[in-house]
Amino acid sequence: MMMQTEMNAYYPDYSTAPIQRQINPYADNGGSVVAIAGNDFVVVGADTRLSSGFSIYTRNQNKLFPMSDTTVLGCAGCWCDTLTLTRILKSRMQMYQQEHNKQMSTTACAQMLSTMLYYKRFFPYYISNILVGLDNEGKGCVYSYDPIGHCEKATYRAGGSAGALLQPLLDNQIGQKNLVKPSSEDLSQEKALAILKDVFIAAAERDIYTGDSVLINIITKDGTKVETFELRKD
Amino acid sequence: MFNPLESAPPLWHNGPVPGAFYNFPGTQRIPAANPITHTQSPVTTSTSIIAITYDKGVLIAGDLVASYGSLARYRNCPRVIEVNPNIILGAGGDYADFQYVKSFIEQKIIDEDCLDDGLKMKPKSLYCWLTRIMYQRRSKLDPFWNNLVVGGLQDGVPFLGTIDKLGTAYTDKVICTGYGAHIALPILRDALDKKTNLNLNDAKALIKRCMEVLFYRDARSFPKYQLGIIDKDDGVKIEGPLTVEENWNIAYMT
Repeated sequence: MMMQTEMNAYYPDYSTAPIQRQINPYADNGGSVVAIAGNDFVVVGADTRLSSGFSIYTRNQNKLFPMSDTTVLGCAGCWCDTLTLTRILKSRMQMYQQEHNKQMSTTACAQMLSTMLYYKRFFPYYISNILVGLDNEGKGCVYSYDPIGHCEKATYRAGGSAGALLQPLLDNQIGQKNLVKPSSEDLSQEKALAILKDVFIAAAERDIYTGDSVLINIITKDGTKVETFELRKD
Repeated sequence: MFNPLESAPPLWHNGPVPGAFYNFPGTQRIPAANPITHTQSPVTTSTSIIAITYDKGVLIAGDLVASYGSLARYRNCPRVIEVNPNIILGAGGDYADFQYVKSFIEQKIIDEDCLDDGLKMKPKSLYCWLTRIMYQRRSKLDPFWNNLVVGGLQDGVPFLGTIDKLGTAYTDKVICTGYGAHIALPILRDALDKKTNLNLNDAKALIKRCMEVLFYRDARSFPKYQLGIIDKDDGVKIEGPLTVEENWNIAYMT
């Protein structure tokens, strides 16, 4: 009995184990992105609040990144990863332009983003990405991604901190799900914009990481129009 | 036998355990034979940086103390510096890391001077470069434990940006790090809501007020501080050591 005690003696001063405090390389900086596509347009909005925990870093941070004349990427999640990913994407877009003497199509950009995310499979970019644009026929399209590169094409999508809150609302209002009398009309740009603003107002009420204002990009064959829309700032 | 698991709980979070050796800074000792891990934690630390832009420039303030845990160990540690005639820089967090970062920023400025092209680095360039450096180190899981605040004049227009240890970077009209983000930032944002275009005197008065409030409320602060000014007309000045006007009369209970 005595022997065992001596073998397990505790000498903290002579410990050879390393002192360790592992850092967390990721941060959740919040933010929400909503995208809605129509027959000849696509609208995408992102709130402008950058935060961490209960602190608001800035109330005026653009999270929409133009990739080409007809493609825009919206990012929410870990801001340092967003900065890095968009910087690399921008240079890849430029390299493509200089090599092929034309701008990359939205579909090609969507595939490239998926590949770039999966390349970092074991140390992922912690971002929920939503890529929007016009396809080769001029039709609006939305691609959404998970952090490791899974990609899905859709006509409308909500992502980021209020993504799970907003998606069912979009399913109902745009996808016409669970309605007794679904409308068969095509979605107009005005209707899409009105719904986009409404869902952000709803998100700002319930999600502390969404607020301040919304930056909206409206992409049509005539180019990209930028709009802002104020949200509650508390 | 003494078993740390069965002994009394620590006196406070990460604090000393009665009957055990005090293990500062209270990090955990883990068993050996783990895979290789990069390890780091801040040791000699400095507290908040507060910064604000005004119509013709930028102000950055930070106090002069470097603490060793709760011990105010070094009382004359400048951490607001002039980088070149276009840029000033403030830093919080680990002081050794800051000194290292400072050394390679200074080397960069020397390298650019040696090109002799008559060009001076602008704040956006330094901000972008530092963001990449901080991100690269966090990706190695061996970060520089600092909050950096870059202020300057980008072709005559005031610029203010910050980078944290992960490489999270953003620009704004007011930036506060550390405890200042909780105490000084609301004061500065409120002032900016009431008057959007501040002049140098307004901004100076605000910074003075914030350093005062921070000294009263932040236990790791110090009454001596530096104030870095970059102005369109007057260029760069690092003022200090300035002193917080203390008044403890209100604290007496009769």
